[in-house]
Amino acid sequence: MISKISEDVASALEGLEDGSTVMIGGFGAAGQPVELIEELLRVGVTDLTVINNNAGNGDVGLAALIGAGRVRKIVCSFPRQVDSHHFDAKYHAGEIELELVPQGTLAERIRAGGFGIGGFFTPTGYGTLLAEGKETRVIDGRGMVFETPLRADVALISAHRADPWGNLVYRKTARNFGPLMAAAAALTIAQVAEVVELGELDPESVVTPGIFVDRVVEIPKETR
Amino acid sequence: MSEIPGALDREQLAARVARDIPARTYMNLGIGLPTLVANFLEPERDVVLHTENGMLGMGPAAEGDEIDGDLINAGKIPVTERVGASYFHQADSFGMMRGGHLDVCVLGAYQVSTRGDLANWHTGAPGAIPAVGGAMDLAIGAKQVFVMMNLFTNKGESKLVEECTYPLTGIGCISRVYTDVAVFAVGAGGAAVLDTFGLTVDELRERTGLDLADRTHEAGEGTPS
Repeated sequence: MISKISEDVASALEGLEDGSTVMIGGFGAAGQPVELIEELLRVGVTDLTVINNNAGNGDVGLAALIGAGRVRKIVCSFPRQVDSHHFDAKYHAGEIELELVPQGTLAERIRAGGFGIGGFFTPTGYGTLLAEGKETRVIDGRGMVFETPLRADVALISAHRADPWGNLVYRKTARNFGPLMAAAAALTIAQVAEVVELGELDPESVVTPGIFVDRVVEIPKETR
Repeated sequence: MSEIPGALDREQLAARVARDIPARTYMNLGIGLPTLVANFLEPERDVVLHTENGMLGMGPAAEGDEIDGDLINAGKIPVTERVGASYFHQADSFGMMRGGHLDVCVLGAYQVSTRGDLANWHTGAPGAIPAVGGAMDLAIGAKQVFVMMNLFTNKGESKLVEECTYPLTGIGCISRVYTDVAVFAVGAGGAAVLDTFGLTVDELRERTGLDLADRTHEAGEGTPS
């Protein structure tokens, strides 16, 4: 019987290598797989390229990973925030490379990566600094910019519930990048608040089918 | 907000924008000043709020026991859900904009040109860390994109300009500009004054240095149905 459930975060993250490209889910703290990121920090992999919407908040998770100097490059839409001090310091010191991508384009590039699309033309960013050097075309009278797909070696995401086949459901706005990143990485690792028995998730309600998920680890959340 | 007698304060400006939002509109409010507009939309108008991080049917800010870390808005502030709400991932959320499904978006701005170009994401200052988020997607996404801002900077410079000097967010994407002293229509035909608060059209022309058409007497202007 298929079981993608890992015993603990250490076994869930087994085999990660230096120099990897890592997608990390979450919008701010919602949907951020904090425990998986902390384990990434603990095992010491470095020289990472990270794809995330932000560049870390406060001192935990992605912020801590950046603060520890493990991230060579970040691809994101909104790095600058009131509590992005770890990123800000590395950026001003010239110790981290930033690829800034409009949020919708970031999402669509990840979707393209996961679903075998070689790129797409989008009106977002046309005529702006973020389109400089990119191929453009006028389609149906509208200026468009060509954007390329994003893929990763590993995706770390957070979901609400999983079953042993790796089917996932999310909770509220914590869904954000999870379903897209799950499909766009060679190895997708999900931390979930609860693992349930096969058959307990309503097949009509599954958001990320298990085919996109390789490993699942249960990290119970404190009751709200 | 402004020292000009008769100018609108933040709440009055939000109420003025809200007055122009038709019933049953799907709308996105940018972070900062535009979020105030939500306070002036009576529930019976059924305006459905979209938040770019993946929700339709967003309710007011959460308080006390309602606060849930999994339920936040684009400004990362805890919010509530209205009956009829739905959740979706980021590609669907931005597809709703790019695909022209959202009716109205209200954004803040550093500058807007009389042609409707928008600058609101980056000052271009040396050492400034650029951050764009959903600004460029929102600017070109909704069927109508409004700007809500003070007309003048603290130094008295007009933020409605002939040409934006800050880096652009989108080209020709803005149709209306709601400010503390006037409402403007902008676009390919240039800027026109639709409504004034505390300044005359001639005073606006003088203080902005712009060639502004006067449409303040057109019946029904500013209240699309």
